[in-house]
Amino acid sequence: MLPLIAAPVMVLLRRSLPAWLLAVVVSWTCVFISLALLAQVADGSVISYAIGSWPPPWGIEYRIDLVNAFVLVLVSLMAAVVVIYCRDSVNAELPQEQHYLFYTMFSLCLAGLLGMAATGDAFNVFVFMEISSLSMYVLIALGRNRRALMASYQYLIMGTIGATFYVIGVGLLYLVTGTLNLADMAQRLPGVAEDRTVLAALAFITVGVCLKLALFPLHLWLPNAYAYAPSAITAFLAATATKVSVYILLRFYFSVFGGSRVFAQLPMSEILLVLSLAAMFIASTIAIYQSDFKRLLAYSSVAQIGYITLGISFGTATGLTGAIVHLFNHAVTKGALFMMAGIVVLRLGGARMDGMGGLARTMPYTSFGIVLGGLSLIGVPGTVGFISKWYLVLAAIEAGQWWVAMLVVLSSLLAVVYVWRFVEIAYFREPDARVAALKEAPLGMWLPAWVMIAACFYFGLDASLTAGTAAAAADSLLQGVK
Amino acid sequence: MSIASHFSYWITIFVAIAGLYIVIARGNLVKKLIGLSIFQTSVYLLYIAPGKLIGGTAPIVAEGFKVYSNPLPHVLILTAIVVGVATIALGLALVVRIRESYGSIEEDEIIIADNKSDGMDTTTS
Repeated sequence: MLPLIAAPVMVLLRRSLPAWLLAVVVSWTCVFISLALLAQVADGSVISYAIGSWPPPWGIEYRIDLVNAFVLVLVSLMAAVVVIYCRDSVNAELPQEQHYLFYTMFSLCLAGLLGMAATGDAFNVFVFMEISSLSMYVLIALGRNRRALMASYQYLIMGTIGATFYVIGVGLLYLVTGTLNLADMAQRLPGVAEDRTVLAALAFITVGVCLKLALFPLHLWLPNAYAYAPSAITAFLAATATKVSVYILLRFYFSVFGGSRVFAQLPMSEILLVLSLAAMFIASTIAIYQSDFKRLLAYSSVAQIGYITLGISFGTATGLTGAIVHLFNHAVTKGALFMMAGIVVLRLGGARMDGMGGLARTMPYTSFGIVLGGLSLIGVPGTVGFISKWYLVLAAIEAGQWWVAMLVVLSSLLAVVYVWRFVEIAYFREPDARVAALKEAPLGMWLPAWVMIAACFYFGLDASLTAGTAAAAADSLLQGVK
Repeated sequence: MSIASHFSYWITIFVAIAGLYIVIARGNLVKKLIGLSIFQTSVYLLYIAPGKLIGGTAPIVAEGFKVYSNPLPHVLILTAIVVGVATIALGLALVVRIRESYGSIEEDEIIIADNKSDGMDTTTS
């Protein structure tokens, strides 16, 4: 993995500019590699690479199929856009001598996330999970506010508990199947007699991964971590880290446990359904009452993760398509919004909603960008948010649960409320002296942010690429269940 | 299937619960980290213990070696220990910086300090 090699090189460079250039080159190379991988597996074939030439069931295997190729493209694309945005943002927020360390950590984190998505080995997932999380804790702790330290510490405690739960689950599975290779495990699980051990493993893995992806009752680390991290990192974290965890959940539910008896007996889909609905409503409602714009977006993220897990809970092809599409769409939307929020923070020095009165007068482009991103959060037709909600509603009706479809639409109304709060403050209030003195953002920041906003609309109008790939990926996941 | 034959599992569960309890119940940030470390240790035990067969030898392919202990768990846990060390080191580094900026490592005192500065924000702005 390229970023892993690049990271120590950056430490040696010790200068801000070369380190940044290297990070840009590395992340864009990753984009091209993962796009090439996606093109190769588009026909449903599977690429398998054995590390150190040890054949798969014994050695560690990297296994790329349609699902994780899609996730790889998503992660590397987000990283590549964010890294361009990083330059100005980091210059403004961090002291010069820490820059090379910032880019080092960024590359390590990218390496971890890509590794999590690419590997076909359960224990290897844990190792990469910790690589990405540890570098993420460091990046969050770099935030200017001293509360960033506390946020990072809380994330460290919660994240480590989550990862440890995951390892316990993998350990139990290893005890009953004698293998760590995910594909091998899936084959052996149906023949395992000890249902209770498998059940315990399923429970541990579910709780562990859900801690990482911040499913509703386990989301407590997320708002603070998002609110106090450096702006560029918030965008990166929101767009990628939780998404890769969702992928791990998908992989375990459908590829590994799919064929086992335990999974068929448990009311897993009902549990997920209730939790997702709770996330959508409670987190959206909390978001309405936030006084800090970044925290508002963070709570909205928790709600949006609810939509993704809702799609998973249906367990049908349409539901999964909805979940995978929303994985991509939410990453684009939230990435764009946090980038815009970062611009506001850079100019205004904070993200308190009271201080933003009349922002649209002095920073019209940024404000308009936030409104457009907000429209996508709500799910207005023509934006990406609409595509994913369309699939979710379709899946709910298909499953005969029309009330879930109603609730999806209703919860979108809550999104209208919290987006409207920004509109009201930014557009209809008189700017005070501080806001009136503001200038528009530097080019290096608003260009990537607007690219993301444009992506929101492009993939909203022409969903054939994302939805088509997601549908094919959903099909390939469901094959494991049959 | 008696309690004695699953001795190592009982120890594992006890250690895990004890560690988790410390993480949740203690307000001191360093003590929390120690609890976390104890919790992780239980996982090491979970992996290592089943790998050992009584009378098993190192897995050498040669005459006279029939019963092997599984070497894989040891390798895995070696990795997990390294990860654990890195986590604790990073956690302690964070605690040092928290202590520098707040002057305390008790969770409740830090929350009070945060609430105070919240109040100051609203009055000054």
